[in-house]
Amino acid sequence: MIELLHDYYAYWAIMLLLVIGLYGMLIKKNLMKKVIGMVIFQNSIILLFVAAAFKWDATVPVLDAAHPTENVANYLNPLPHTLMLTAIVVGVAIVGVAFALLIAIYRNFGTLEEPELMERMRGE
Amino acid sequence: MTHKSVSIIILVASRALARVIQLFGIYVIIHGHYSPGGGFQGGALLAAGVILMRMAYGREASQSEVSTGAAIPLASIGALLFAGTGLITLAFGGHYMDYGAVPVPGIEEPIVRYYGILLVEFGIGLAVMTVLVAIFDDMLSVPPEERVEGGAPDESSDPVPVERRNPMTR
Amino acid sequence: MLVVFAGLMIYATLHLPERGNPEAPMHQELNLVGKPVAGAYFIQNAYRDAATPNMVTVVLADYRSVDTLGEVIVVFTAGVACFLILRRRETDDS
Repeated sequence: MIELLHDYYAYWAIMLLLVIGLYGMLIKKNLMKKVIGMVIFQNSIILLFVAAAFKWDATVPVLDAAHPTENVANYLNPLPHTLMLTAIVVGVAIVGVAFALLIAIYRNFGTLEEPELMERMRGE
Repeated sequence: MTHKSVSIIILVASRALARVIQLFGIYVIIHGHYSPGGGFQGGALLAAGVILMRMAYGREASQSEVSTGAAIPLASIGALLFAGTGLITLAFGGHYMDYGAVPVPGIEEPIVRYYGILLVEFGIGLAVMTVLVAIFDDMLSVPPEERVEGGAPDESSDPVPVERRNPMTR
Repeated sequence: MLVVFAGLMIYATLHLPERGNPEAPMHQELNLVGKPVAGAYFIQNAYRDAATPNMVTVVLADYRSVDTLGEVIVVFTAGVACFLILRRRETDDS
């Protein structure tokens, strides 16, 4: 049991984070809170990849003369790190566009609450 | 655009800190070959320095950092620097982005790749920094209905007096 | 419903390889059908190919540079999109 916990606790925490993000996106009525839920969801995916790249007794993927590259177990897997590096920056860009859309919505309708927003869109 | 309520501590500290952040951003880009770092991270740090100056001094006073109008053109220069590096390798008969194909006399192929990566990192850093600054500026741009009536319509400088301005733009 | 989903996801993680196990398939030099795995190839050949100690930089800007070009274009497009969404009114007005 302790063995199981030791091996999988990081994945479980990541999955809880993912469900929290999903809760924010699906249940919350405020568009701003939906964006916050989306960011939490996105970061849980990033954490999942970084956790998957982890190896015990390995060092960061920067060449070090003390660790020969012939033994692959000496270094963390660099591929998920690279993918997530770009994903983080694209995430920042997505958040920027989302906030720009929210600002435009707020200027037009004066609210970010979803039911109120639907009412005003119908009313006009 | 310096407001009365902005403390002198914020002005002095942000001016000192922004330079350190920007210097560290350049270091992260250039030293990305030997330590964790690279274009994306360094670009974000450079943008953080510029945005700190924007927040402390206001948009008008910090136009000398990266001016609002120049952000998007600079970002396209960064993206084109990246794409142009790939096109150079095409001109020498290699695959797209295959830096080793460029024949530089006296330098072996891995070293050519080294400098190709450096060039690409500069392009990424420039693009990321200017795009983040541009997004920040766009979010704080004042919409026309909040402006004061009667100003010259095509006046590029902002005619809004201090007290009518959104507190975030100070 | 979300609790059920959380339980399902946690159940799914039990079928992943243990975290940090260097014997996991994605950390091997050869995958299950005997083809070389990208991560191990990058670790072994990054310095030889590009003379750069940081493997993440080599993968980012050399092996996967076309992918990174796409990312930069996405970021650039996001900047242009923000520009178009938020600045349109000012130009319309004048």
